[in-house]
Amino acid sequence: MTRDLVVQFLAQGAQMAFVLLIAPLAVGVVRRVKARLMRRQGPPLLQAYLDLAKLLRKESVIAESASWLFRSAPYLIFALTWVAAALVPSFASGLMFNWAADVVALVALLGAARALLALAGMDVGTSFGGIGSSREMMIATLAEPAMMLIVLTLAIAAGTTRLAGVADFFIAEPFGVRVSLALSLISLVIVALAENARIPVDNPATHLELTMVHEAMVVEYSGRHLALIEAASHLKLVLYLSLLICLFAPFGMAPATAGLSGWAIGLAAWIAKLLAGAVLLGVWEVSIAKMRVFRLPDFVGVAFVFGFIAILLAFLTRGVFA
Amino acid sequence: MRRPALAFVYPLSALAAVVLGVVDLQVLLSGGEAAIHLPIGLPTIGFHLRQDTLSAFFGVVINGGVVAASLYGMGFDRAKELTPRVEPLFPLFAAAMNLVLIADDAYAFLFSWELMSLASWALVVARHTDPECRRAAHLYLVMAAIGTVALLFAFGGLAGPAGGYAFDTVRAHPPQPMVAALVLMAALVGCGSKGGLIPLHAWLPLAHPAAPSHVSALMSGVMTKVAIYGFVRIAFDLLGPPDWWWALPPIVLGAMTAVLGLLYAVLDRDLKRVLAYSTIENVGLIFVALGLALAFRANAQHAAAAVAMAAALLHVLNHSWFKSLLFLGAGAILHATGRRDLDGLGGLIHRMPRTAAFFLVGALAISALPPLNGFVSEWLLFQAVIAAPALPQAALHFASPAIGAMLALAAALAAACFVRVYGTAFLGRPRSAEAAGAHDVPLVQQAAMGGLAFLCILGGLMGSVLATALAPVLDKLVGGALPGPGSGPTPFSLIAFDPARSIYDAPVIALFVAIASLTSLIVVHRLSARRTRRGPAWDCGFPDPSPATQYTASSFAQPLRRVYGAAAFAAQETVVMPPPGDIRPARFSVVVVDHLWRAFYVAPGRMVIGLSERLNVLQFLTIRRYLVLMFVTLVILLSIAAVTT
Repeated sequence: MTRDLVVQFLAQGAQMAFVLLIAPLAVGVVRRVKARLMRRQGPPLLQAYLDLAKLLRKESVIAESASWLFRSAPYLIFALTWVAAALVPSFASGLMFNWAADVVALVALLGAARALLALAGMDVGTSFGGIGSSREMMIATLAEPAMMLIVLTLAIAAGTTRLAGVADFFIAEPFGVRVSLALSLISLVIVALAENARIPVDNPATHLELTMVHEAMVVEYSGRHLALIEAASHLKLVLYLSLLICLFAPFGMAPATAGLSGWAIGLAAWIAKLLAGAVLLGVWEVSIAKMRVFRLPDFVGVAFVFGFIAILLAFLTRGVFA
Repeated sequence: MRRPALAFVYPLSALAAVVLGVVDLQVLLSGGEAAIHLPIGLPTIGFHLRQDTLSAFFGVVINGGVVAASLYGMGFDRAKELTPRVEPLFPLFAAAMNLVLIADDAYAFLFSWELMSLASWALVVARHTDPECRRAAHLYLVMAAIGTVALLFAFGGLAGPAGGYAFDTVRAHPPQPMVAALVLMAALVGCGSKGGLIPLHAWLPLAHPAAPSHVSALMSGVMTKVAIYGFVRIAFDLLGPPDWWWALPPIVLGAMTAVLGLLYAVLDRDLKRVLAYSTIENVGLIFVALGLALAFRANAQHAAAAVAMAAALLHVLNHSWFKSLLFLGAGAILHATGRRDLDGLGGLIHRMPRTAAFFLVGALAISALPPLNGFVSEWLLFQAVIAAPALPQAALHFASPAIGAMLALAAALAAACFVRVYGTAFLGRPRSAEAAGAHDVPLVQQAAMGGLAFLCILGGLMGSVLATALAPVLDKLVGGALPGPGSGPTPFSLIAFDPARSIYDAPVIALFVAIASLTSLIVVHRLSARRTRRGPAWDCGFPDPSPATQYTASSFAQPLRRVYGAAAFAAQETVVMPPPGDIRPARFSVVVVDHLWRAFYVAPGRMVIGLSERLNVLQFLTIRRYLVLMFVTLVILLSIAAVTT
């Protein structure tokens, strides 16, 4: 019993370490793919790690009008995102603390990190921070209803809101092409693009453009604080990729009872799917243009409509009208 | 010379509220009941009082708020801030709210309800020299009267032709289904108008902010809960078994209230009015939860009904804590700067550090962010919505995704709203001389806010303990309970339905976040240069020293106004740009239309005035005509009586 517990603890710790270590690589893959498709050489795959190391070694310049909130927010944002990322089942569905937060709580944890970041953006009292914060919160109001509809569809299909439970259900239940799930997938991809400030919602590569959202909020950060914020946004990307993998492609994930060999297979499968997701993201980003901010309601609205249709179809497939 | 006596009001109120709260808590935990029949009041009815677990729970909520408000009142300057217009009414208001909870017949209920309304009205009108206060108080009085009339109808329907006004008699003989439905609608109007349910909300954002801040805290944090108590008492206790469709009006109105309340809040620039609009939103959430509980109960899905009811009751408790905290914080800002307009504040985190810290807890809690208490009830509410597709009625199926989406929208808007409030009032640079010269409030007022902030954190971590304490109330109201604390992975896991379905374990998550942030703090400080320098803001290379270049509350709201305002308020932006070479300034203006105010207040008001002008001729008739009128009336009444008997 105690040995089991130790193994479980180690597995959970391992997952926390894995998501943290692989996150910059995923970002590196996206950047590399984008660069190669634009016929540029692009930065090395490991550039994101080097950037973080460089930022850590630099001094941190803090604005005179900044308060304690500005200095402490990066640590909390990083911790919240890291914990949330570690709660998404990645290589095994039955890890120690996966149960502690269901998907509703997970979304809310990310919401807490977002609110802190938006507050930090307003702390210095510049117009850039404010513009980023207000737009970020506006995008969240568009994305969260769509997310709720996705959760509702999954809960109708799998009968649980625990991510591990949903993953187990889809591993155990061989399902064909279900239209409602396909629509949910599209919907979740759009939400993920919005939440991660990717093209067409936001452009992570630009810095001084009036359409920017995420970069405008963090414009006052430097040094170690910026490193933490950057690491947190890398983690968030991995989190959403893991979430998509866990919910819609859980194949290969080790079930709750698997031993070490099962975990090894699960880990390999997860890393492979994660990197494939990063490649797809890179391809997507070079093939579409950034949207104007006030076109976003249309774009994220698609996620909402698809989520709604998905639920109505789920009602039909479950035969609740019978 | 009367002032030393006034200063005793708050310590005594605090003491009384503590005693009452402890008694309530004891009744709630032990599940006891006590009843008393006083020979006062109406001859045939008397005055029944009863303390059961439901009233005990609401008693805990109310007396908690009263303690905090009294503590805050103890910090007032004896020489300047006490007036005979406020202090004597404060304990009366608190006592009336307690009386409503233990009323056990219709007469006692309506008597104490009116006492509560009038006491709070008198507190609203305390600053009667301000025309805005007078207007708010006038509207409040009218709406309170409408609400009471609706409740009068509700109790009339409950009593039936036999006139059994004691609640025991009503319980023994629940009304016929059609009458019961009418009673429910009347209760929704009566209690909804006091709680701020749309479209009966218009008085609330005017009246709550007009009162002194600690009274605003009581009205918003606590008095709205008395309204919810009234609805719960009538709908779940007195009315007997529900029909499923009774659930629809509270759910639909509640969801609309939640979203619209926040849209109003997000666009408003007055700090206290924003808080009042957010109260409307939270009352909407509670009504959605109550409606879901009715639907589940009507279909005998007791576990789901318990989840929805627990969501409603926990939100009642949680909202009383963070809304009181936020209103006290707004009072502190008002005291320190003399301003309530968000666009005149800024940078208060430097000058009022403790108030800023406590207000931050309240702002994050009301945004339903984990691990604070607001999220516990929000989580339960989402679980109840997720369970709604299992209901057999098609109308509720179709409603469930719409309700879920609206609640999610409300949650996201709440976060936006409070980031905006906190960001403009406490963060950034001061936008006025008053904000630059602010100072923190007296210690006892800080203690009042600190205590509530502590409760918000504790309630977030110990949500499962609170849910367990609610078990007797849940059992009485919906005949179900949440899974006990032993069935989850840890004793503090909050479980909806069963552990395989949904768990939220706040202490584990909080522990992980704490470990992760401490680890990152230590590791980053080990690895990093640890050098920190203060410099001017970067602002992309062009920092402007003028605080006017900051984002204001209005600019923060602009994206939300563009996205939602056009549909909800027909918001229109006009830019007048002079031609090149012209030196006149460009002008930007926004027009926002409050459709609800026009449709539900202005139009009926016009109708009443028009009608009274027509009827005005009746005032100037000759005596013969009056006699003819009387005669005709008499004939009509007699013929009606002859036909009906």
